[in-house]
Amino acid sequence: MSPGRNLVGWLNVTPLLLVLIPFFVIPICVVLAVSFVETDGFGGLYPVFTLDNYAMLFRSDLTLRLYAATLKFTLLTLLFTSVIGFWVAYFLVFHVRSKLIAMGLFLVCTVPFWTSNIVRMISWIPLLGKEGLINTGLQGVGIINEPLEFLLFSSFSVVVAYVHQLTIFMIVPIFNSMARIDKSVVEAALDAGASRLDIMRMIILPMSRSGIALGAIFVTSIVMGDFFVVKVMSGGGTASVVGAFYEDVGVLQYPTAAASAIVLTLVVMLLVAAILRVVDIRKEITQ
Amino acid sequence: MTKEKNKLSRRQVLKTGAGAAAVAASPLGAPLIWAQEIKDIELRHVGVSYSVVKAIGDQAAKDLGFKVTMQNLDTSASINRFITQPNTVDIADLEGWQAKLAVQRGVIQGIETKRVKEFDNFLPIFTKGEFEGASISREGISPYEALYMEGKDSTSLHDGVSDWMTNVPQVYNADSIGYRPDLVGHEVTEWKELIDPKFSGKAGILDVPAIGIMDAALCMESAGIVSYGNKGNMTREEIDMTIDKLIELKRAGHFRSTWTTFDQSVQLMAAGEVEIQSMWSPAVAAVRVKDIPCTYAAVNKKDGKEGYRGWCNGMGLMKHLEGKKLEAAYEYINWYMSGWQGAFVSRYGYYSPVPSTAKKHMSAAEYAYWYEGKPAPEPITDPYGVPMEPAGTVRDGGSFIDRVTNISCWNTLMDEAAYMNKRWNDFKVA
Repeated sequence: MSPGRNLVGWLNVTPLLLVLIPFFVIPICVVLAVSFVETDGFGGLYPVFTLDNYAMLFRSDLTLRLYAATLKFTLLTLLFTSVIGFWVAYFLVFHVRSKLIAMGLFLVCTVPFWTSNIVRMISWIPLLGKEGLINTGLQGVGIINEPLEFLLFSSFSVVVAYVHQLTIFMIVPIFNSMARIDKSVVEAALDAGASRLDIMRMIILPMSRSGIALGAIFVTSIVMGDFFVVKVMSGGGTASVVGAFYEDVGVLQYPTAAASAIVLTLVVMLLVAAILRVVDIRKEITQ
Repeated sequence: MTKEKNKLSRRQVLKTGAGAAAVAASPLGAPLIWAQEIKDIELRHVGVSYSVVKAIGDQAAKDLGFKVTMQNLDTSASINRFITQPNTVDIADLEGWQAKLAVQRGVIQGIETKRVKEFDNFLPIFTKGEFEGASISREGISPYEALYMEGKDSTSLHDGVSDWMTNVPQVYNADSIGYRPDLVGHEVTEWKELIDPKFSGKAGILDVPAIGIMDAALCMESAGIVSYGNKGNMTREEIDMTIDKLIELKRAGHFRSTWTTFDQSVQLMAAGEVEIQSMWSPAVAAVRVKDIPCTYAAVNKKDGKEGYRGWCNGMGLMKHLEGKKLEAAYEYINWYMSGWQGAFVSRYGYYSPVPSTAKKHMSAAEYAYWYEGKPAPEPITDPYGVPMEPAGTVRDGGSFIDRVTNISCWNTLMDEAAYMNKRWNDFKVA
């Protein structure tokens, strides 16, 4: 490799490094350092090395329950967003003949995202509440006598809000990878007598894998790192990993919060690594 | 010319708005220089939204001639900012327990008691720790507990009045329960109603661990389930008993939802999700403005149980303030105590530490309704002029004296806060 190429390589990664080092690497190093020190319990840090913060975390069954709750939401959200995202993308790529209309519809998918996450989440509350549109509608028609309480302030409403917020993160990469599938491959398969199911199973699904994997990385890292949707939509009825250490920060327990944050970062990294193990995105994209 | 005179004439300059004329009348022309100098000053007053209010900052800026920026954060974000980025704040809006932490961490400077003009008119709650001849509760951190410090740069509190204050109290109130009288069907005067099985699936509780646990403790104590040595500083055992009972209630489906913000509590009640929940007085009023009946429970102390959970916010001066900016900060504090702000917060149900100045800025009818607990002689409006109550309404919980003398504990941060937080999360995830 000539020095010239080396230099160009470094220049290429410079913008990314300029963002990542001050806004990710340094803060996470600070968090890492804080997770190993002692505190006076009221915001003061003593530069004394300790493993207590981690020991407390791993000895507490609260940690397990928090991860169980957060993982449950992550998996449910992944399931629904990937199914919905896949079919939306499939429709746009293979059923809409005109490229222009497909692009237009694709942009329409992003319309709800012109407003904030919070607004989109909160707007479910008047719909799902005890005296909300759905319950009053169903009661009006006479299908139910008592309002359905599971609709709001439940795991159900949390998943609804997540799916609504995050499906676009599935649609975009899946749309992208599907759009790159050569249509003549599908035609050839049809000519060779393949059924629709075969085409789906043997061509489209395998060739959209990288899109699904990318979407899964977005969804997993967002849901694992969220606390606000859980807090509002569950009516405080359940907690999340981040929510728990946010409250630690609230009472100035920095080291335990830092230790939780580090563990969460590692868990998310492991999940992402697992996804990448199943699908080699790098290889698929450069194909 | 003394400093005192200097200030007076500057006020006149600003008030009349006829700078040149007033300066001509002033022998040395100093006010103009001061007015020029302070024009570029900006005070950043940071704190929770119910205490740091934009309309108040705007009025202060108008009256004082320098810029005031109000910035809102939630309770935990505020204390974190005061402690980790003290230089980004000028005036820290502090609750008692936050003042205690801020002093320990050395991020605030003492406020000279004798420079607080209305100090002599402060209610004895703040200067003697008593009110109407009785000591105020010292469970939790009362406004008296963490109000004074040893010296200007001290990192320890002083028990009782000293020359230096940690903060100047500006707004306080007594929190209890809000309920729908039409659905509950009887008057609520005891905390135990909140955990009564008859409200299963229709109750709500505050989900800010540090104070939610105190509301829960008031309920447990009222129902005779747990008795506490000090609800404001529980032992691990007391925390365990309280949380275990909360978990049991949650598993039985008792709580429809919890809430963290003012608006959430209003929505829960207004949308019919809950019939009874721990609630703040102005939130109850906000529900009523929507034409939905809602009552603020008068939980007067009895048999060593019940009582309101009190809180108080005050203004602390950050350590970095000096020179003209520090002068401006004192001006700002004194403006707060001069009545306009006291009247403003009173109009949504909070109280001023110097009711005598607030009274001057309120109509007789307003004072009768908000402070004296009398039937409103005329319709009552909120600080922005929105109609709130028709003539004849009596305020829930009665007069100022009835409410404040019945505070049985104050917002706090317990010694076992870390443990309590962990247990509170057990409750959340159960």
